[in-house]
Order: sequence, then C-alpha cells, then structure tokens
Amino acid sequence: MRVVIDSDLCQGQGRCFSIASTLFGFDELGNGVVLGDGGLTPATLELARLAEANCPEHAVSIEES
Amino acid sequence: MTEKAPVEDFATDFDHTDPQWVANPYPIWEDLRTRCPVAHTDRYGGAWFPATHAGVSTIAKDTDNFTSRTVVVANMRPTDEDLPAPIGVAPPITSDPPFHAIARKLLLPAFSPGVVNALEPQVRALCNGLLDDLIGEGVVNASERYARLIPPSVIRQMLGFPEGDTEKFIEMVHVIMDTIDQPEDERIELWEPVEEYFRVQIEDHMERPRDDLTTFLLNAEIAGQKLAIEHVFGTMVLILVAGIDTTWSAIGASLWHLAKNPEDLARLVGEPDLMSVALEEFLRFYAPVTMARLVKADMEYLGCSMKESDWILLGFPAANRDPVAFKDADQFIIDRAENRHVAFGLGIHRCIGSNLARLELRVALEEFIKRYPTFELANPKDVTWSQGQIRGPRNLPLRVMN
Repeated sequence: MRVVIDSDLCQGQGRCFSIASTLFGFDELGNGVVLGDGGLTPATLELARLAEANCPEHAVSIEES
Repeated sequence: MTEKAPVEDFATDFDHTDPQWVANPYPIWEDLRTRCPVAHTDRYGGAWFPATHAGVSTIAKDTDNFTSRTVVVANMRPTDEDLPAPIGVAPPITSDPPFHAIARKLLLPAFSPGVVNALEPQVRALCNGLLDDLIGEGVVNASERYARLIPPSVIRQMLGFPEGDTEKFIEMVHVIMDTIDQPEDERIELWEPVEEYFRVQIEDHMERPRDDLTTFLLNAEIAGQKLAIEHVFGTMVLILVAGIDTTWSAIGASLWHLAKNPEDLARLVGEPDLMSVALEEFLRFYAPVTMARLVKADMEYLGCSMKESDWILLGFPAANRDPVAFKDADQFIIDRAENRHVAFGLGIHRCIGSNLARLELRVALEEFIKRYPTFELANPKDVTWSQGQIRGPRNLPLRVMN
C-alpha cells in the first residue's frame, strides 16, 4: 500500500503535511508532496488515512499494491 | 444607508445583509438545504445561493461557466472597461484561467508554509504585547482590542513597513476596507494619503531592497517583465483586504465560542496538543468568508435558469454545515478527527493566505487562553456581528479571569 497525491487536484490546502509530516512535505508553492515512495507500514497507514479523510480537494489517496 | 425591504422568504428573496442573516444565518441555510437547495433573489440585479456542499463545490471548481472578475456582491456589475478579463483588478483573486495561474504562481512562494511558519515568534510576541496592554482590566473587548489588531500588524511586518507606523498602518487599512465598495470618485480623496504612504514605502524598498514581501513583489516578474508599480500596489491592497477582516473574524468567532462553551475552553487549556484539530473545527464551524462569482452566460445549471451576469454567492460557511458532507454538521466537536472543511475555498482560488491565517489564529488563541484560562461573555446582548461576506464578531466584551 502506498499513499499518493494527485497534483492536478492538490491546491495547497496544507492539511496532509500538517497532519502527517512524516509522510508529506510541501514544494516551494506550498503544494503537498509525498515523501519518499509513499510506501505505508501498518504503523503509518492510519496517519495516511487521516490525511486522505481531511483533504478538501480529495487529492490524497491510498493505493493497494 | 437606504432602508431595504425585509426578507419574507430566503428561498426566493434572500439577502445576506438582512438582519436575520447577519444575526444567525445557520438556521436559514439549514432550511434552504432541505427545500431549494439553490436559493434565488432578484436583489442585487439577480443572485443565486447554493446552500449545499455539493452545490458550492461544483460552482467553485467550474471556472468555465463562472467568472471571478468580481468577488463581492454589489448592486453594480463591473463593466468590461472596469475589469478587463481575465486579469481583473486584483490578480489573482479576480483572475480567470489561463492568466490566473501565472499571477498566482508568482505569489504562492511568499505564502508557502516554510516562509509563513518562520513568522511564528513575531506573531507570538505581537499577541503578548496586545495582552500586556489589557493587564488590569476585568472586561476586555476581545474583538476591538485583540483580534482586530493582530492581522494588520502581521502584514505590516511581512511588507517590511516601519514598526513605528503600526497605528498609522492600521488606520489606513481601515480606510481601504471601509471604502473598497464605494464609487471610485468618492474613494480617490480618502485613498490619497494611503497611496502616498505606500508610494514612499515602495520607493524606499526600491532604494534599499530587503528580505520582505515588498521587495519580493518589486523583484517579481511576469514573462521577463517586472510588475508595474500599480500592479505592486494593487497586490498589496488585495493582501490587506483579503488578509485582515477575515482573520480578525476567525479569531473573534473562536474566542466567542470559547467564552460560551467553558467545557471546550477547559479542554483546550488542559490539552494544548488538541489545538491542531480544534483549529480546523473553529474554521469549519465559524468559517468567516463567503465569496462571489458571476455567471458567464445564460444557462440551465443545478436546476436553475441562470442568466448572464447573475451573481453567485458562494457560501463556504454554508457548505461546512451540510450534513451530507459532515457527520453531526451542526455540532461543534472540538476533537473532530475527520474534517474536510472548505473554509479557505476549493479549487484554483484556494485562499493564498491560508497558512498565514492558520498561524495567526492558532497563536492568537494559544496566547489568549494561556493569559486567560477562564473567560465568559460579559453580556451576550452586547455582541455584534459584521454584515456582508465576512462574518465575525465586531464587539466582543469578555469578562476575563487570570
């Protein structure tokens, strides 16, 4: 499982990286970026789900792999 | 102000300046959601108000059918000469694609989380200075003497204007905000000293560039060209208008809530880590900003016969109370974990100052409750609310206890 940000949908609302700063960062425009490959462990899955559930633009999602 | 006819039915004749709407709009929106759900009015030359999250979201993201050329509902429509599309008078808030992206990209780095978060120590010192001024007082007007004074001081610092000018700057900001909707000929005279002050500051920055927003704007380029001075001034006016009574309102409304809900205040005092989620619930529940759009052409849309140049009153605060989008939408839940609120808008016009607004709101609340772990409304009847598209308390006397 990995977490992804759809950069066409992201508008820099800033919710993902404030909720889960270990999974997300931001670029120079303030848009969200996934740190590393976005791979999730059982420990980080819950945080990723929380970020997904708080993105007003529905830009964050979790992919089964 | 001319006397307006009272609203009989908000579904067919709404007016966001009606005293009932100003005092408590939430039951009106709840009622509209169950029976319209897009309200209409002939006032202002014709306007629509979607009361649901779905309606607000659809229109906010649809820049093909709606223009942002003007974002404040008024009796007058702008003419093409007033506001040349797609740039508009105050880019990027009044810009449409494709120009919008250019103007926005220019400004975004100045408001990115990294830049904004570095301001935290200054904001904290500012809040403490304002609280120091209140020492010894048992009843304080938390809107007038605290919330109102924070955003202009923060923006003055960001622009790099002299600290000794704080009072003068706040006065000028109010001239700009109070006259922004007035006809140009009435505005010119009042704005003359304001423009003169800004001109002096801009010239000073041209001679002595510094690490601040004014220098940033002066160095900014579109297609290899520096911005015209009028564009720099226009952008400064936009930052002032968009960044001041909005955040003032958010801080004031949050303090109003805490004054009325001692259990929430006690939790926040006892669990400082709760602030990050509480902040989002304050923003959802008391979202201060309603925007506007204009319909581009006659069309059938969301079951409505919209006409060219009809207004859309884009109620993000109403969307935030829609039970379809939020569980227990009408309940303030201080530890609400899932909160996809739209207080800062949706789509390409997401509030560019949202990181700054969050910083100011968080620090203002943290410092206020640290100083006053207990407070209550001195007299609920004395609380007054602003009228128009920005909603917040303007008179907020609180009885404070250290």
